[in-house]
Amino acid sequence: MNSAKPRKMRQAIGEGRWTRLTLITIALVFLGLMLIAPLLVVFVEAFSRGVGVYIDALAMPDTMAALRLTLLVAAIAVPVNLVFGVAAAWAIAKFEFKGKAFLLTLIDLPFAVSPVVSGLIFVLLFGANSVLGPWLDGAGIKVLFAVPGIVLATIFITFPFIARELIPLMQQQGSSEEEAAVSLGAGGWRTFFQVTLPNVKWGLLYGVLLCNARAMGEFGAVTVVSGNIRGVTTTLPLHIEILYNDNKAAAAFAVASLLALLALVTLAVKTLLEARFANSLAAQRRH
Amino acid sequence: MQVRAENISKRYANMAALDDVSLTVGSGELVALLGPSGSGKTTLLRTIAGLEHPDAGAVYFNDRDASESRIQDRGVGFVFQHYALFKHMRVMDNIAFGLRARKTNKPSESEIKRRVMELLDLVQLSGLDHRFPSQLSGGQRQRVALARALAIEPSVLLLDEPFGALDARVRKDLRRWLREIHERTGHTTLFVTHDQEEALELADRVVVMNKGKIEQSATPDEIYDTPATPFVFSFIGESSVIPVQVGNGRATLDERMLDLEVGNLPDGPAQLYLRPEDVAMVTDGGPGIPGLVVSTRRIGGMRRVTIECGLARHRIEFDASAEVTIANSQRLQVRVIGGRVYGAGSEGYATEKLAASATSDFKWAKAEGWLDR
Amino acid sequence: MASAALDGARIIRWRRRSVLPGFGLSLGYTIAYLSLVVLIPLAGLGIRSATLGWDAFWAIAFDPRVVSALQLSFGAALIAAIVNTVFGVLVAWVLVRYRFPGRRWLDAAVDLPFALPTAVAGIALATLYAPNGPFGALLMSWFGVKVGFTSIGVTLALIFVGLPFVVRTVQPVLEEIDRETEEVSATLGAGRLRTATRVILPAMFPAILTGFALSFARGVGEYGSVIFIASNLPYKSEIAPLLIVIKLEEHNYAGATAIATIMLVISFAMLFVINMLQAWSRKWFGHE
Repeated sequence: MNSAKPRKMRQAIGEGRWTRLTLITIALVFLGLMLIAPLLVVFVEAFSRGVGVYIDALAMPDTMAALRLTLLVAAIAVPVNLVFGVAAAWAIAKFEFKGKAFLLTLIDLPFAVSPVVSGLIFVLLFGANSVLGPWLDGAGIKVLFAVPGIVLATIFITFPFIARELIPLMQQQGSSEEEAAVSLGAGGWRTFFQVTLPNVKWGLLYGVLLCNARAMGEFGAVTVVSGNIRGVTTTLPLHIEILYNDNKAAAAFAVASLLALLALVTLAVKTLLEARFANSLAAQRRH
Repeated sequence: MQVRAENISKRYANMAALDDVSLTVGSGELVALLGPSGSGKTTLLRTIAGLEHPDAGAVYFNDRDASESRIQDRGVGFVFQHYALFKHMRVMDNIAFGLRARKTNKPSESEIKRRVMELLDLVQLSGLDHRFPSQLSGGQRQRVALARALAIEPSVLLLDEPFGALDARVRKDLRRWLREIHERTGHTTLFVTHDQEEALELADRVVVMNKGKIEQSATPDEIYDTPATPFVFSFIGESSVIPVQVGNGRATLDERMLDLEVGNLPDGPAQLYLRPEDVAMVTDGGPGIPGLVVSTRRIGGMRRVTIECGLARHRIEFDASAEVTIANSQRLQVRVIGGRVYGAGSEGYATEKLAASATSDFKWAKAEGWLDR
Repeated sequence: MASAALDGARIIRWRRRSVLPGFGLSLGYTIAYLSLVVLIPLAGLGIRSATLGWDAFWAIAFDPRVVSALQLSFGAALIAAIVNTVFGVLVAWVLVRYRFPGRRWLDAAVDLPFALPTAVAGIALATLYAPNGPFGALLMSWFGVKVGFTSIGVTLALIFVGLPFVVRTVQPVLEEIDRETEEVSATLGAGRLRTATRVILPAMFPAILTGFALSFARGVGEYGSVIFIASNLPYKSEIAPLLIVIKLEEHNYAGATAIATIMLVISFAMLFVINMLQAWSRKWFGHE
């Protein structure tokens, strides 16, 4: 600095120091009370009866069964929706056709449907007094109050996540690179795997993580289709509800801490990705 | 309103954006700040507006120190390159914004409406008052931005590359039109541009900036005819540069005498700057610098010829009549009939303008030798 | 090959020609999968609802318990969306405009309701805000407000689940507003407050509206986070999705279907409005 004459440093535009501090404080308090406190309480309550109870709760056969079912459901729902998301994003982002806006609206539909209603539609479709239900029953296939129903409801709920993450990203990238690749003689798959995918891989990863978090955490829809048969159709969130309603709060929170940890990992990965790949993730703020 | 910036310095990170710059814009004057990108011209403009705070120095409006007044109270009309119109407001609300924001002396709504219509008339956009900015062309948007700045009756009008985002034809129209508005309203005006043609055509005075310093501040004629530094010479108009050696008041190239009188330049290395019109082709068989034609291209009514001469193949550009046919690889001779020599001087540069008469005659020993490479 | 060329000729009428391959495959798969997973099951609900008949439908729709549950779901969602709009804009502003330690982590935390299962959020909020919980007890003794097991608790849970929507829709718009517009406003004599209310806020308005609608729509359908913090008593704090679950447990499929249909119709109307708003805001601001 030169020998500047002493002068208050002011910002030409912007708020005063106190306004700034006040706004930051309000934001911190609001987010602290609404987001951070519930997150902390999960872990505090989980260990409130000591580590022994915590480990016992996790080691319960019912918990392990619920964990296995949850992982199974996610392992089916996520890849299936991943394939769909990529296909939908390719068609919508790289081509111009009539009815695109309508198609986007349809893809968003599950966002506008209450989880409970999502479950209900599968009950109506496969229930005892539906057309499909008795027919499938006769064939020995049980959909409702069994694993297939849970998988179907979860696929429905998590249906838009990956597509919604990819479409804006791929639209923003345009298609000139793909056109260049094709003009250089690359085929469709080669173009996709060597040109498109590297450009969107981080956005895709975050989409998969969000989809996975939702798939493992879905509650309302699964409640309706599962029938809550302990150890058979109980996913982790349902297991939490059962424990909580049985007045086993510490055990419920212990199981909840697993899912909270999953949420934390999801958010941490997103934050790290954003810090490193700010540009390629900036396009997709909304889910 | 006279505007004075005194000893302004401003650093960003390690780079000096402005290095002890002083500038005075007289009342009613139209001044151009001209320079390449990164020369500090926009920083200077923003500092005068109060959008940037200098590390050192002060800005005076008449004799009042403006540094302590809030930007809202400075009364500067600022026009941005990309218009910065309020997209959600109609044209009339954009223009009325400053009047409505007044705390004291706020005109009545009917008075505001009258003033807006007057301004729309001035910027030749009558009838577009209900449009949104997105419904206007680039040139129209910039006119709205100017009308909006004029609405507050600014003490000084500051424009940051006002025509930079427009295409060439609209630019030319708006340039003429801005000059007219200036003549009609008489606002003290300072505008930033990197386009030398724009600066020379529009401004009463041109301030050439480079690397955070003012290189020269003069009328367009003076800037073109007597550029103070090699930077100004090469930034304004076309130029060829040849390194020469000065000794005993004469300039030499490749140890051969160029019979150029360079007056009282100190002995030592110097640069010879030539504009295309400072060089003429020798057609009467007289003495000249031999050169080899490397390219010709048509510019308007003339033919611009590039030749290489000297051992280091210095390139010289000059204009020949379009009727003369000149082929590539053709050998020809040119003589210097103007130009400038810049040598090292006590204050940066010592410079001598070459008189045409002194340079018309070359004594050229073994002139052909140059081409035997 | 020949038939592919023919297909191409037919397709050209409704899509722009492109050199990129895979259009038919990707769009075909998208539509097939969409139909199978979303459209056909949803249509099933519509058909079921249509077979109910008007009289039966209206009888369920105007059942006082159903009306009260719908009122609570929509009312609490509305209040939660308003709260989220106010604080969401504030949080977005702070995240975009100010630099302070921990900003990046705060930014990440905003997504927590997207990532945290609703059941987990539900039991956590219930524990915190129950009358004997740490926050609930404080609120009770300071203000005499009972949060847990009341409609206030329902609203609180809906604030939690809808919180990211306003922030995430407003944030990119706020990032895009160029500083020059604000600078111009200042040179024209507008103070900071005037600039904020007359220049910045209107530019964000469509995004705020969209965020509000998304937050509202999410709140209307929410189930998992609410049922733990609400007492779930009919006419008191029983939300519409819970009523659907109860009807299903009673094997009252007609009742469940009717309530679901009412909720869906309202939700789809909202989705439609959201899309209209987006189109409108694009036109208004000359984007794209």
